Amino acid sequence: MADQIMLSLKVNGQSHSLQVHPFARLLDVLREDLRFTGTKEGCGEGECGVCSILLNGRLVNSCLVPAVQAQGGEIVTVEGLADGQRLSSLQDAFLTQNGAQCGFCTPGMLLAATDLLQRNPHPDEAAVREGLAGNLCRCTGYVKIVDAVQTAAREAR
Amino acid sequence: MIGANSVRKEGRAKVLGTAIYTDDKFMPGALHGVTVRSSVPRGILREIVFGEGIAWDEFTIVTAADIPGTNRVASVVDDQPFLVGLGEEITHPEQPILLLAHSDRAEAERARAAVRLVVDELPAILDIQASLDLEQVIYSTDNLLKEIRIEKGDPAPIWAQAAHVVVGEYRTGAQEQMYLEPNAMLALVERGAETRVSVWGSLQCPYYVHGALKQLFGLPEGRVRVVAMEMGGAFGGKEDYPSVNAGHAALLSWKSGLPVRLIYDREEDLACTTKRHPSRTRLRTAFDAEGHLLALEADFVLDGGAYATLSPVVLSRGAVHVGGVYRCPNVRIHARAVATNTPPPGAFRGFGAPQSLFAIERHMDLCARRLGLDAVELRRRNFLHMGDTMATGQVIREDLDLPGLMDRALAEIHYADRRAAHAITNTESGPIKRGLGLAVFMHGCGFTGNGESHVASVAGVEGLSDGTVSVLAASTEMGQGKNTVFAQIVAEALGLPYELVDVACVDTDHVPNSGPTVASRSTMMVGRILEDAAIGFKQSLVQQGFLQEPYTAEAFQAAVKKAVAHLGRLRCYGQYHRPPNISWDDKTYRGDAYPTYSWGAYAAEVAVDLDTYEVRVEDFVAVQEVGRVVNPTLAAGQIEGGVAQGIGWGLWEEVTMKQGRMVNNQMTNYIIPTSADLPRIRVVFLENAHHAGPGGAKGIGELPMDGPAPALANALENALGPLRLDEVPMTPDRLLSRCEEVAHG
Repeated sequence: MADQIMLSLKVNGQSHSLQVHPFARLLDVLREDLRFTGTKEGCGEGECGVCSILLNGRLVNSCLVPAVQAQGGEIVTVEGLADGQRLSSLQDAFLTQNGAQCGFCTPGMLLAATDLLQRNPHPDEAAVREGLAGNLCRCTGYVKIVDAVQTAAREAR
Repeated sequence: MIGANSVRKEGRAKVLGTAIYTDDKFMPGALHGVTVRSSVPRGILREIVFGEGIAWDEFTIVTAADIPGTNRVASVVDDQPFLVGLGEEITHPEQPILLLAHSDRAEAERARAAVRLVVDELPAILDIQASLDLEQVIYSTDNLLKEIRIEKGDPAPIWAQAAHVVVGEYRTGAQEQMYLEPNAMLALVERGAETRVSVWGSLQCPYYVHGALKQLFGLPEGRVRVVAMEMGGAFGGKEDYPSVNAGHAALLSWKSGLPVRLIYDREEDLACTTKRHPSRTRLRTAFDAEGHLLALEADFVLDGGAYATLSPVVLSRGAVHVGGVYRCPNVRIHARAVATNTPPPGAFRGFGAPQSLFAIERHMDLCARRLGLDAVELRRRNFLHMGDTMATGQVIREDLDLPGLMDRALAEIHYADRRAAHAITNTESGPIKRGLGLAVFMHGCGFTGNGESHVASVAGVEGLSDGTVSVLAASTEMGQGKNTVFAQIVAEALGLPYELVDVACVDTDHVPNSGPTVASRSTMMVGRILEDAAIGFKQSLVQQGFLQEPYTAEAFQAAVKKAVAHLGRLRCYGQYHRPPNISWDDKTYRGDAYPTYSWGAYAAEVAVDLDTYEVRVEDFVAVQEVGRVVNPTLAAGQIEGGVAQGIGWGLWEEVTMKQGRMVNNQMTNYIIPTSADLPRIRVVFLENAHHAGPGGAKGIGELPMDGPAPALANALENALGPLRLDEVPMTPDRLLSRCEEVAHG
């Protein structure tokens, strides 16, 4: 087996090609090789959701995805949400509503919320709670996160 | 500025993903460190065997014999070694023995698994009762890490003559903080003519780590530097433990001459770092015929694990809170923290108070039932009021209105109406039973007793060359909003817009020791010092002719610029001064245990499914009096998050121990609440300004941890009828077994 394989992928619209270990996790490639450190690791077993990213438009836990599965794929991380210095409506709502406390779940939460609003642009509170249930937060009790998502949804209307 | 919903200072970086947490910091050439731990709870370390198939000469290896200074973690009692040496005693199953570092992380992990320890095992003590029974003497001569007695009046003659005497025993399990960022530390030790130790980490108390590293390496003040990185949650879990992992990372860097990363994965973090102390509380209370509390006797015991760590102070807070919010003329409190051969528990939001308050608030409902009184009414008859004296002899000097707090919580949740409605629907045949419960409680703000005087915190403000002001304090941001609140307090004191004040990086080379970021003390204690420092700063500018009052923000900025240009560094500090009329005797446990208290009344509505015994929290109201609220949005966030943790502790979060080790050390089997598990937590602040804090603020952070568990237990009993709900978490298994007790008589 080859020691390294060539991986090509797009992250936040930019193409990257690099040599990686055949069993490298996508999370490590993003954080360590490409230095997209906005994506965090909380459990390494797909429970907490802090490593959530969008891979080809689907929300995934990047700690569970072998990097080879992203071959030729398009990835969005938290660094790809803002338009330059202009925050996305979700980022802005998380900021003003105190949806981010320690901030460690925030990148994954923002990606999960982005995914939720793409599927359901105007979710009620129960739908937000259900939609974000795969992303743990230990600081907020989720109230301000739910409010932020609903605020962003309203502003997009 | 105080009272405004200023936007979180570091919030923008957090939503952009650019905030730098410890593991995000790039250090070229860094090695990956790992820790080899004991797996037996107790024994004598005889040999370390380095297995085959590993290129050991590629590794940096540190054992106890390498340690240049003192092999003891600086804490309340210096009893814990950084590493156990050959011939020394292993006292818990996660004890660090050996440190390894390698440039390849996977290789470091492989090597860790290849080390074998030869240990002469000794019989271990694994729970509170075995420790109290002295089945083995494992600590000192009596297994006691700390013992406290608090006495007021004399309960002895009361028991025989009282109309009612009620006895209860309550237990609480360990709880994991489950900050989403596991413990993480980077170290760089420069070994030239002068050794210089630097660490960057996820830590609450920079000067605790600073002290620990000085002692470990035998270095003076100026040669150790501790930098607090952005922190992914802490809740007490990064109060004392970072002294340990900072020492380990620094030892590896010192030996290798290279930077070292010591990043725990979740399983290691759960297995070996600190948790909430398990507790057992026995209460005996006497009432007169009208339901007035005459006497209280409490036997409060914490499982302190293998070393003292923070147990003496956790015990102290728990003991002071065990009487709850009730007036009682005769009190005997006996509190003990006992040693066991388990990883030492430590700080966790609430710090002993949630344990003892669970006991008293559950006990009050039991007493009400025995006395044939409504639980609300029994509380009302016994509440503390201004002028009353608490167990330590502390006189309530503030305009305390507990009936008002309680009534507001009851009104918000429609307590009487919903209870009446559920009483009818619960008799129907369906599996869902509903109930409402209440808890009323307090939380002492700041350190217990003389803690603040001992620390004598210093904080300051600095004028910068661009005319803005920077806050200098070692208090750390862990999500609670310290950066924002400190900036608001200083902006208020200086009459400046919030944007002109920022907070300096928490680096011990740059900021003074404002004490640890714990005990709900940052806003009230450090905030008050900052208020003084800011006023001193302004007065200096005025007296030296740089500024004239009244001034505009522009004039202030111009004055600071000019002053910096003329004088260079422009700093002004303040220091803690014990407020007048506050006194404490640590020997007798008499006096003002805290400068003030925050007060809460929480009400919960639950639904139990008798097919599965799962509990759903359908409504939760949190009413509190925390003095003046500096930032309502951030404060509500603190309460909501604390209530969520309290609900988790009350219903789901169970640490399962086997032979002294946590065996469910994964997020898959240690269950914290998700967004789908919780109701919208409803938060109400009733303000009552207190003179001790800036602008009248008191402590907030820990209070919300105290109320949920007893409120939920009381609600469950309301749903299901009289039940032995004396232990948390109230998992479906436990609830089922308690219901079966009733069914079987």
